[in-house]
Amino acid sequence: MKIKAIALNTFREAIRDRILYVIFFFAAVCFLFSRVLALLTVGDQVKIITDVGLAALSFFGALMAILVGTGLVYKEIDKKTLYTLLSKPIHRYQFLLGKYFGMILTLFVMLFLMTVLFLILLFFHTFKIEWQIFAAVFLIFCELCVITAVAILFSCFSTPILSSIYTLSFYLIGHLSWGLETLIDNINSGLGRALARVLYTLLPDLENFNIKTEIVHHLPIPPELFFFSFLYGFCYSVFILFLAVLVFRRRDFI
Amino acid sequence: MAEALKITDLHKSFKTGFLLKKKKILKGIHLEVKQGEIFGYLGPNGAGKTTTIKCLLGLIFPEKGEIRILGQPYLSLSAKERIGFLPENPYFYDYLTASEFLEFYSQLFFIKKDKKEDKIQSLLRLVRLEKSAHLQLRKFSRGMLQRIGMAQALLNEPSIVFLDEPLGGLDPLGRKEIRDIITSLRDEGKTVFLSSHILQDIEMICDRVAIIVNGEIINSGRLKDLISEKINFTEVILSGLKEEQLRELSESLASSGDRIFLKITDESKLEEVLQLVHSQKGKIHSLIPRTETLEDLFVEMVKTQ
Repeated sequence: MKIKAIALNTFREAIRDRILYVIFFFAAVCFLFSRVLALLTVGDQVKIITDVGLAALSFFGALMAILVGTGLVYKEIDKKTLYTLLSKPIHRYQFLLGKYFGMILTLFVMLFLMTVLFLILLFFHTFKIEWQIFAAVFLIFCELCVITAVAILFSCFSTPILSSIYTLSFYLIGHLSWGLETLIDNINSGLGRALARVLYTLLPDLENFNIKTEIVHHLPIPPELFFFSFLYGFCYSVFILFLAVLVFRRRDFI
Repeated sequence: MAEALKITDLHKSFKTGFLLKKKKILKGIHLEVKQGEIFGYLGPNGAGKTTTIKCLLGLIFPEKGEIRILGQPYLSLSAKERIGFLPENPYFYDYLTASEFLEFYSQLFFIKKDKKEDKIQSLLRLVRLEKSAHLQLRKFSRGMLQRIGMAQALLNEPSIVFLDEPLGGLDPLGRKEIRDIITSLRDEGKTVFLSSHILQDIEMICDRVAIIVNGEIINSGRLKDLISEKINFTEVILSGLKEEQLRELSESLASSGDRIFLKITDESKLEEVLQLVHSQKGKIHSLIPRTETLEDLFVEMVKTQ
């Protein structure tokens, strides 16, 4: 109940943040640009639009999570709104989870709106609703849940600018870490391989949430991929939120 | 009377500077606040008043010491259910209206739905903000923010209310309104713990005070025990005598028309002046013994430290 109250208030706060609408505007521009790209490309225009559109959904969704998420906790500390809130009968973890779920709700609404816009654009080309897009969007949403948890973790002890840089780095590393997997396969057994494996285990692999290729080329998507990706996102988010609670619960608010 | 708040040997330090040197802020605070009293917590800037209040509310963690609020450990939710808090320079969610803000905070307590709306309306009436109920907090003046802050502190009908500088930055009318609310809380049997710089207000409403300087309580007790007896000087206004006759008997002397104003510290000299007036057939217009004020006591103690 208390987490719900804080989450709804966070949603109310985040949804009033103008930066969300600026990002939404750029996402819309990107969808339109995909149409221009498709016209300039030889081949299947729908594939280009789908590919660019899904990439835009993922990127601008992540940007929303980073830019709004990193300020959520920090702003409460900076503006001292946290003082009265924490004097009420709530645990610190409830506050943090409230903030997290409020941001997740915001991202859900924004992602839904962006998806609807994207589907409308796609509809003008295919004259049918591409339902499989929702499969990709579901995994993008799982990815955003992980990114939001990371943004909240950094927001617990750092300024919004630094937190944004850290979380953006996390996002980029997360999308490049699959290279380590290839490296492990090509490296001879030994210390180097062990190190690469440890690093790959610790670093996030956000490519687990990327099924753009399968969607664009209408390849079959095994159901266990959804389950595995969802479980990976869930466990990673829980782990990061656990770290955030550890940092937050013993913090002095001077 | 039972204790509403008991602080035993409270210590807190912060790491400051590049080398993270430890700076002691609280150096063993001992305090007891009884139920149903208004307790004033005084001290100059940086003495440790706000740090103490933040420790009480669990916003910062003390290194050593024990805090019990209403007989319970201070971090327990059952203790927090029964406290109210108004921070210094309150700043709230400025995108919410006054009633949305109170509605949000009421969800953090288990206030029944049917009672919630009545509670919010009565609090808005109490702090005279019923006409601004649907105004966003960003449009509120400083005084209005202080008043809505007071309303949120009373939302759960607390047994003890912590007020950090509740009168700071308010105009005389606003100060009176907040003072009236504070005294009405005492009348309802609630305990009020307030820190303030405005000593006249503290003197007017507090039952007991504690003075903190450099992280240590240097004096505490009932206000009338601390400042009642000592007469600093006597102000006398008289006429019918010449200034020269009085010059040696008073600390300072001024005249306006036929009236002479005297300030006398020595009681024996006051006797001499009265005899002189009597013998010279002069007239006493006023004679006011000036007792020590809280401000005098405060300044003296801080200077001694």
